[in-house]
Amino acid sequence: MTPAAAIPQSNPVLDRSWSDPPGIIGWLSATNHKTVAMRFMLTTFGFFVAGGLLALIIRLQLARPDSKLVGPDFYNQLFTMHGTTMMFLFAVPVMQAVAIYLVPLMIGARGIAFPRMNAFAYWIFLMGGLMLYTAFILDIGPDAGWFSYPPLAGPEYSPGKRVDFWAQLITFTELSGLLEAVILITTIFKLRAPGMTLNRVPLYVWTMLVTSFMVIFAMPSVMLASTALITDRLVGTHFYNPAEGGDVVLWQHLFWFFGHPEVYMIFIPPLCFMSSIIATFSRRPIYGYPVMVLAIIATAFLAFSLWVHHMFATNVPELGKSFFTAASAMIAIPTAAQMFCWIATLATGKLNFRTPMLFALSFFVILLIGGLSGIMLASVSLDLQVHDSFFVVAHLHYVLLGGAVFPLFGAFYYWFPKFTGRLMNETLGRWNFWLMFAGFNIAFFPMHIAGLQGMPRRVYTYPAEMGWGMLNLISSIGAAILAIGILLFIVNVLRSRRSGTPAGADPWAAGTLEWAAASPPAPGNFSIPPVVASRYPLWSEGGVAGSVKGLVDHRREVLVTSVLDAIPNHRATLPESSIWPFISALAVTVLFVASIFTPWAVVWGAVLVTPPLVAWFWPKKAATQRNLQREVKP
Amino acid sequence: MKLRATIAAAFLLGLCLCADAQQLPAHNALEPAGVQAAEIHQLWRLTLLICSAVFAAVLAAFLYAIWRAPHSAQQAPADVSSLAHPEPRLQRRITLAVLAAAALLLVLVLADFLTARRLAHLPLKDAVQIEVTGHMWWWGARYLDDDPSKLFDTANEVHVPVGRPVILQLSSADVIHSFWAPSLHGKKDLIPGRTALLQFRVDKPGLYRGQCAEFCGFEHALMAFTVIADAPAQYEAWLAAQRAPAPAPVSAQQQHGQAVFMRSTCAMCHAISGTDAGARLGPDLTHLASRSTLASGALPNNRQQLAAWILDPQRFKKGANMPATPLSSADLDALLSYLETLK
Repeated sequence: MTPAAAIPQSNPVLDRSWSDPPGIIGWLSATNHKTVAMRFMLTTFGFFVAGGLLALIIRLQLARPDSKLVGPDFYNQLFTMHGTTMMFLFAVPVMQAVAIYLVPLMIGARGIAFPRMNAFAYWIFLMGGLMLYTAFILDIGPDAGWFSYPPLAGPEYSPGKRVDFWAQLITFTELSGLLEAVILITTIFKLRAPGMTLNRVPLYVWTMLVTSFMVIFAMPSVMLASTALITDRLVGTHFYNPAEGGDVVLWQHLFWFFGHPEVYMIFIPPLCFMSSIIATFSRRPIYGYPVMVLAIIATAFLAFSLWVHHMFATNVPELGKSFFTAASAMIAIPTAAQMFCWIATLATGKLNFRTPMLFALSFFVILLIGGLSGIMLASVSLDLQVHDSFFVVAHLHYVLLGGAVFPLFGAFYYWFPKFTGRLMNETLGRWNFWLMFAGFNIAFFPMHIAGLQGMPRRVYTYPAEMGWGMLNLISSIGAAILAIGILLFIVNVLRSRRSGTPAGADPWAAGTLEWAAASPPAPGNFSIPPVVASRYPLWSEGGVAGSVKGLVDHRREVLVTSVLDAIPNHRATLPESSIWPFISALAVTVLFVASIFTPWAVVWGAVLVTPPLVAWFWPKKAATQRNLQREVKP
Repeated sequence: MKLRATIAAAFLLGLCLCADAQQLPAHNALEPAGVQAAEIHQLWRLTLLICSAVFAAVLAAFLYAIWRAPHSAQQAPADVSSLAHPEPRLQRRITLAVLAAAALLLVLVLADFLTARRLAHLPLKDAVQIEVTGHMWWWGARYLDDDPSKLFDTANEVHVPVGRPVILQLSSADVIHSFWAPSLHGKKDLIPGRTALLQFRVDKPGLYRGQCAEFCGFEHALMAFTVIADAPAQYEAWLAAQRAPAPAPVSAQQQHGQAVFMRSTCAMCHAISGTDAGARLGPDLTHLASRSTLASGALPNNRQQLAAWILDPQRFKKGANMPATPLSSADLDALLSYLETLK
């Protein structure tokens, strides 16, 4: 029952004007949101695999007591790189990467706001990641933990350049993350299809809006913290030096003021992968749309008020800690409300257990365990025992894999036909799912027990007489099974991309607008941009109420609408593809990397960065003429 | 799920068997030996009970929902009637479930608050005061006393009397460490530039192991300590022995050993009271021979291991601040003979 206005039609003029230019220069100049997003997703997935391989070496080392496979030096680099990769190069950016592909499609837009900035953000991200891995391969990878607590990460106890690479990676990823947040907020607020009032915005788009705001409020905190660390290390300031009036606990406050919300930046977008998948495979709208939206917003606010629960073992005042216990427990309520709404949706739907649905439903086991162990960690007294033990390792993996990675894999299975035009193999998908599910639980459940038995985190070895050997061996076997599951996923992607069943525009008969575009979508997404009259436009009778007319095809023109009610406001022209974002990113990379070695790089690097930026923003005569003609004088 | 539960049960069974098989220093949050750890363990049991019940209830609701709802392998037409009509029955149930979750959370927060209060109100009359300093990668302990002549230093092994409260004054000489003896109490960070207090009481005599819990660099994994809970009389005897300076070397070999100690690198970092060695960079060795382990629990304290450790500490603990000390076998023998007198 797809409405006529939503049927994808080809339009060669439109396709040409939104296409990326050909050739190698054209490849580097690409600004189409789908091209950039696809590269972004592949890059983040590459880092995910790299981080996973590091984890396998860790598990190999810990599989038996007194293991001599790797020494402390390499081990410390391994777990630092694993944590840094997964948090900064995979979990947060992959959510933004998926969003820059899907959000414009879901809101019925032809493009994304600030497309050149989008390309720039991607290049910066890629180069930051490459810098970190180059350092690691040269055996100067960071080794002070992904949290880099001073004074261990300070100039006295981490001489050399290792921690500088870590701190500079933070600069790269923050820059990229903040730019993407600005892009997504602007896109969601201003480029929605007419009629898509805030009350009709797909739940997934809501989560990306909330997440982007969280990025904007949380990232500056770690930016401040890591810049102060860099200046401590590079030019001899004393922010974290207690001997000179600095304070090492200041770092922990700033880092966790970012670090805890970061967990929710990772965890909130998958909540609405869940909502998309559950709605489609239950054949009904998610129960309780307002509850879901308010729960996400409440989670985002509360996420900023519980950072101290990472610091219960320090000597912050006792009564203050109780406040953070209460706040940490309270954040369980919105998540519980969402889970109950999904259960209600499932109970009243007509269920179809395809692979995306399996991944989504595993949330109800894995995240539930992770959430409940989180409530245990929120308690000051219990935390004193389990903090910095393997119990926390188990907890955080249950939350981040159960809450983010499993739904993300479900999302890949779900949107893969949209990305490539082909369905993923269902049999392989099921093997993939069950191997990952079993492997994950075998790997991480025993860690709860190891932690309670007193096994601390971040130890490269442990004595045989502690009796932790069996638990660790089981964990390592589980990790291997999990890895085989992920390998199957890669096989499935490679096979299905070539020879999967052709999907058509809407293989799942889903309800949101991205399924109204062709699979894969044409460069300009919608040849006839829709007007929306429902939360599930493709499901409701008259959900696509009409189409937008009057946007020219030979330029990258988009319709700008109002924030609340998506009332058409004006036409805007998005810029052409350009090589300058890439060159600017190169210049910024030179500045960032060189400033690890000399503070003067900030000075001459600025000179290097300026010309590409000037070229990037240099106005074109034709565009200026056109704008002058169009200008309405008051 | 059944599989997971079975696996978990098997683990727990295995653990019990392991725990009974060997007599080792206790190191387990689930086997408290002092009042503080016992309080936390009680809270753990309550929390585990409530969380397990919630897990079972939510999982049951979820399984019932997907079992009861109609299934189909094809994508049935979507039903959007819920967009127009409210679903009051679902709403009532969800509201009740959220309220129940909030009430249980309130119980847990209250229980936690009360436990934290009890932990903070350990009676401290007649407490033993010990200054514990974290170093990369060993623990210094100074037993405080109103009479300064009774102060003494030791390392990596802390003796405490059973039944008397202990106050540890925790600080760090370099980076952040964390003092954690899971059978006795939760952990507390040792933060440079600050002093933190940890109060506990051991109620059963015995050996309790602990380990640094905050990542502190290279040998974070090899930074263990032992708390030895003695009966009061034994403890007083130990105190008296520790307060005494090191005995003077008797035999010619021991005297030669002391001379080796004084002229090699040893004396630059280690102190032996009653001698000229007074450096504080490494552990105090006045009563080295009375300890059962070396290098913060990395090695057992016997003649061979001590010899190997002195010759090449990096073999056992890469990155340790102690340099290798090449000694002729005669010098080494003499040094070991001298060190063995430091009971």
